[in-house]
Amino acid sequence: MALTDRTGEGRASLPPWIKTTFLTLGSIAVTMLGLLFVTFIIGRVMPIDPVLAIVGERASQSTYDAVFEELGLDKPLIVQFGYYIWDVLHLDFGTSLLNARPVSEDIARVFPATLELATLGIFFGIVLGVPLGVLAAVRKGSWIDQVARVVALVGYSMPIFWLGLMGLLIFYGILGWVGGPGRVGIFYVDVVPPVTGMILIDALLDRNWDVFKNAFSHIILPAALLGYYSLAYISRMTRSFMLEQLSAEYITTARVKGMSEWDVVWKHAVKNIRVQLITVIALSYATLLEGSVLTEIIFSWPGIGSYITTALLSADMNAVLGGTVVVGLVFILLNIFSDLLYKVFDPRAR
Amino acid sequence: MADQTFREWLVTDTPTSRRHAKLSALYQGWLTFRSNTMAMVGLGILLLLIVVAVAAPILSPHDPFVQDLGNRLAPLGSEGHLLGTDSLGRDILSRLIYGARITLYIVALVALIAPIAGLLVGTVSGYAGGWVDIVLMRITDIFLAFPRLVLALAFVAALGAGIENAVLAISLTAWPPYARIARAETLTIRSSDYIAAIRLQGAGAFRIITRHIWPLCISSLIVRVTLDMAGIILAAAGLGFLGLGAQPPSPEWGAMISEGRRFILDHWWVATMPGLAIFTVSLAFNLLGDGLRDVLDPKAGE
Repeated sequence: MALTDRTGEGRASLPPWIKTTFLTLGSIAVTMLGLLFVTFIIGRVMPIDPVLAIVGERASQSTYDAVFEELGLDKPLIVQFGYYIWDVLHLDFGTSLLNARPVSEDIARVFPATLELATLGIFFGIVLGVPLGVLAAVRKGSWIDQVARVVALVGYSMPIFWLGLMGLLIFYGILGWVGGPGRVGIFYVDVVPPVTGMILIDALLDRNWDVFKNAFSHIILPAALLGYYSLAYISRMTRSFMLEQLSAEYITTARVKGMSEWDVVWKHAVKNIRVQLITVIALSYATLLEGSVLTEIIFSWPGIGSYITTALLSADMNAVLGGTVVVGLVFILLNIFSDLLYKVFDPRAR
Repeated sequence: MADQTFREWLVTDTPTSRRHAKLSALYQGWLTFRSNTMAMVGLGILLLLIVVAVAAPILSPHDPFVQDLGNRLAPLGSEGHLLGTDSLGRDILSRLIYGARITLYIVALVALIAPIAGLLVGTVSGYAGGWVDIVLMRITDIFLAFPRLVLALAFVAALGAGIENAVLAISLTAWPPYARIARAETLTIRSSDYIAAIRLQGAGAFRIITRHIWPLCISSLIVRVTLDMAGIILAAAGLGFLGLGAQPPSPEWGAMISEGRRFILDHWWVATMPGLAIFTVSLAFNLLGDGLRDVLDPKAGE
């Protein structure tokens, strides 16, 4: 494989990184086109008549025909698909049937909430998951390895929405340690000016500590919940990466040299798994953005997951498809980002 | 005595026929599997689940659909209702028992549809190569790059809520990994000598794929399916919870949690019990999958 690549480089006049860039951009474009095609098809097979949804049942035939043409439904499917791509490129997902606002505005409003939640979640996942995985690998077979195994197994088997409900019951209902559903208590709504849309950061910018404390007490439980799920995955992957490194010969050499166990583990082994770890974390972050759908419902968190689901239950198709496209795009971009990181940081993958 | 000799016949080093060798290999695998306690626990739970689902009418103390509004939200251990009653006075234990049927039904359907679709795409792609391979794998990549739950949501939105559509939506998002695995297997098998020999004998592509490539892909697919089952159950329960899977009054576990959610602070057991059921079953599938992987695909383990 490497051999053919090299001969290819020799013949082509372009430097290899340009070729790689083009290939990557091409694959991004194809994947995104695929995503749009699927959502387009879903929109077409919907049993809801988009014209009726706009004009209402009592509209005359001529009104109906006018809107039918305005929506471009008289054109062939491929042309309609072209229009659809054009609209999406201009961030136009149509208007919501519920509130008659552009879907893109709605998404811009709800997305920071999801971002905030998922980011805090992945933070917990990294801070707890990586050390747990490293320890489990270093002390393979010990009680800490067993604990890590159970933590991961439970994480893989527990329905997230149920665990969220139980958390709400215990920490909010019984113990009263955390704030309830929602982003902030009712007295703190709209107190700080929305700059980033992420309430923790907005409160910090405004130096409003009351809001910050209140918002923190609301986000901590759902973020810990998401963090637990990424912890399960991250710790498992860290453990297997570390086991691979620890059995390598350079580790034995380092130990023979008399290097302390701490340095062997943290300065040598962990340093060598950082590329793989970044990939795992990026993938895990992408799943968190998606996994927050159910969590957001449980905690009445006004993010994109709640948005899609609410739209779904009221048959607001533009909103559902717009939300799906945005989540899909973010997901694809994170996937590609982790791929790129791998190529940049790992010389063997180049 | 007879069974002692049967055991010896099974563990022999010198099998006398192909069938004998096959049975012997199967028995050796079973021995490895049996020594894995956790995997046996998983298997036990799942066998129990199947028995419960089959014998639901005999085992359940009440009709899962009969409402008794005078006795709603009865607590755990109340008379005649071991796990209490829900907001319409229906016996939770009976509903859980009948819900086992729905869970098994969904898992079985997805576990049939997704791997078979993946097997078809993967083997054709791997065997044909060239443009067919590029196009099919591109499509697979596109589906792999999608967020699964959100895509399943959108599919269900288009198809309408219900168990069958939930199954279809989950399958549509679950097949790509199987296609990848099947293609990888096919690529290694395709270039082996015995395939060349069969081709020289005049076998066509169809015969080679169905008779000689598929059987060799099965074991890695089975491992993957078992490991995926927990995810399938969780996805189905999630759709049910959102009101997009099984419709009321069907005793689907996810939908039951959704019903009990409104009373979580005062009547916690209504949502807790079905959650425990989902957890137990998906845990069992994870344990079984780990055990099977060790037997069928030792390289993949740690």
